[in-house]
Amino acid sequence: MSPVHGTPEDAPPRAIAVAGLGIERGGRTIIADLNFVVPRGEAMLLTGPNGAGKSSLLLALGGFIRPLAGRIDYVGRDAETRPFADVHFIGHRPAIKPRLTARENLQFMAALLGGPVGDVAAALVTVGLSHAADLDAGYLSAGQTRRLALARLLVAPRPFWLLDEPTAALDDEGAGLVARLIDAHLADGGVVIAATHHDLGLAANPESLALVALE
Amino acid sequence: MSGFVALIGRDLRLAWRSGSDALTLVLFFVMVGVIVPFAVGPDPVLLKTLAPGIVWIAAFLAMLLGLDRLFRDDFDDGTLMAMQHAEAPLALLIAAKVIAHWLLSALPLLIASPVLAMLLAMDVSTFLRTVLSLLLGTPALTALGTIGGAVTVSLRRGGLIAPVLILPLAVPVLIFGVSAIAPAMSVNSATTALLLLGALSLFLLVLAPFAAALALTVSED
Amino acid sequence: MSVETAPPSTGNWFSRLAHPGQFMVWSGKFVWPLAILTTIVFGFGLWFSLFASPEDYQMGDTVRIMYVHVPNAWLSQAVYGLMAVSALGTLVWRHPMADVSMKAAAPLGAVFTALALYTGSLWGRPTWGTFWEWDGRMTSTLVMLLIYLGIIALWRAFDDQLRAARIVAVFTLVGAINVPIVKFSVDWWGGLHQPSSVLRSGGVSIAPAMLTALLTMVVAFTLLFITLQLVRMRSEVRNRRIAGLKARAARSVR
Repeated sequence: MSPVHGTPEDAPPRAIAVAGLGIERGGRTIIADLNFVVPRGEAMLLTGPNGAGKSSLLLALGGFIRPLAGRIDYVGRDAETRPFADVHFIGHRPAIKPRLTARENLQFMAALLGGPVGDVAAALVTVGLSHAADLDAGYLSAGQTRRLALARLLVAPRPFWLLDEPTAALDDEGAGLVARLIDAHLADGGVVIAATHHDLGLAANPESLALVALE
Repeated sequence: MSGFVALIGRDLRLAWRSGSDALTLVLFFVMVGVIVPFAVGPDPVLLKTLAPGIVWIAAFLAMLLGLDRLFRDDFDDGTLMAMQHAEAPLALLIAAKVIAHWLLSALPLLIASPVLAMLLAMDVSTFLRTVLSLLLGTPALTALGTIGGAVTVSLRRGGLIAPVLILPLAVPVLIFGVSAIAPAMSVNSATTALLLLGALSLFLLVLAPFAAALALTVSED
Repeated sequence: MSVETAPPSTGNWFSRLAHPGQFMVWSGKFVWPLAILTTIVFGFGLWFSLFASPEDYQMGDTVRIMYVHVPNAWLSQAVYGLMAVSALGTLVWRHPMADVSMKAAAPLGAVFTALALYTGSLWGRPTWGTFWEWDGRMTSTLVMLLIYLGIIALWRAFDDQLRAARIVAVFTLVGAINVPIVKFSVDWWGGLHQPSSVLRSGGVSIAPAMLTALLTMVVAFTLLFITLQLVRMRSEVRNRRIAGLKARAARSVR
């Protein structure tokens, strides 16, 4: 993969490195011998048809499914914290509770994830939900729910982001929000791996990994 | 620790806002007690003998009823995945859920138990011992229920199978719980039963979060 | 941090023998010899227990029920032990044959436990005058049967047998931790409710001929279990292959 560029001299190394990864679901090999490194400040997009294993790869990277072979390294993670305590995983299920307000949802998620808690009100403004902050989250539309889920990325700062279809249910303006969030995170030295069907419209052209369905 | 506290707070808040669950549970608890006199006859002497057993059976069934909602919502909406990426260990977060669940499903029964005591002709000292044994024994039921709920969380029809799994394992809780209050018991065996009940609760409370964490981790797979 | 992956299969003899393909090869050679050996030992055992052992001075001929009851009672515990060890194999080493062994053993354990209860109550009728007594041993065997049935129900509730194996393994281990507690509580409870004496009548001193018959029958039933377990494991491996073929066929149709 591309060399690390634009890294300040004093910044610690940071990357998601995958070597020889093999994943099996339901007795079927869906990913075999996968190798890549995504360094600090870069994003990688996972593309490919349904069933090619994008979601499974993200689940494996997030530690939810155990790979059959190979290794996954989070280079430069804080060794003091628990595994995955500096990884954000945002999947199809938004982890938003109806009957709590948008603000309460975000506060709860920040407290649950632990670590330094960012500014909840500012995060709601950034994702464009400040007007709905005290509304029962059950009344939010699918797009608004997705925005609220993404706000988690802001209130619990973590260097590694794993995003599964971050623009799903979002309109063009919402997709622009996703691009802004990712761009800001990369500029901050973060690492992003996202599965997507669309071009996210990031500032720098990201690496992309096209997965194919194995037979 | 903040995740631990936040989780208890959230579960209580959610229960408070949705309202009816705890009330339904209490209603069920009282109703089980109410139907027994119809089944065995209203003889006060007989009811007095059966009362400890009836109260425990009612508590037992009521707690089984509430099992399914313990992890289901958090599993379905992805909160459980976030719990696995929290800074706090999953077992600790599950311990928080166990505490919240006990507060929501066992405490209301304790509060409602005077109603049953009155209907079943319990005297005051038996009633006090009943409350004490429920207080010491329901945590064990909650702990076993946590394991049952975690094991069946990925099953669409988990609601029926969790009680079937838990019931045989809960036999000791019933034995010690009822022995602690049965009128026929000597003071000595009743005290022993209470102590054993407390020990059992402590043991299961320690075991359950780890077993449930393991079951929930493999359920996402 | 690095994420742990499945451990590479080490090249020792055990992991080679336990590979499903290898397992099918070597286990196939054992089925018939084991079946024949089981039959022979059963022949001896039955002869010992029906003809070559004395009547009990109190229980008379009904003592011979013991020769069936005790092996079943032993297996009801031993099979659970095997399931618990297999459960560890599933959770710690993620070994597919551990899943298969766990799944194959559950119904066998349930049947042996049910037989132990059945023969126990047949024995109880002439000895105690009742089919069922809430005696410590019988009660804990009954609870054991319920646990077995729960585990079987759990297996059947899952469509995905790979996920089922890990979940069932967790529950099997929880059960294994709980079984001694159940046993203790039931004994304690039985002690409160009835004066001891019920089961203590026999078994004070056992004649050597009776011991021979008993041990032979224990060996015979254990061999029977091993044979059935092997056959059931083989069918389960085949079932999984068929399921795999069906899934592949479904994918190739699209």
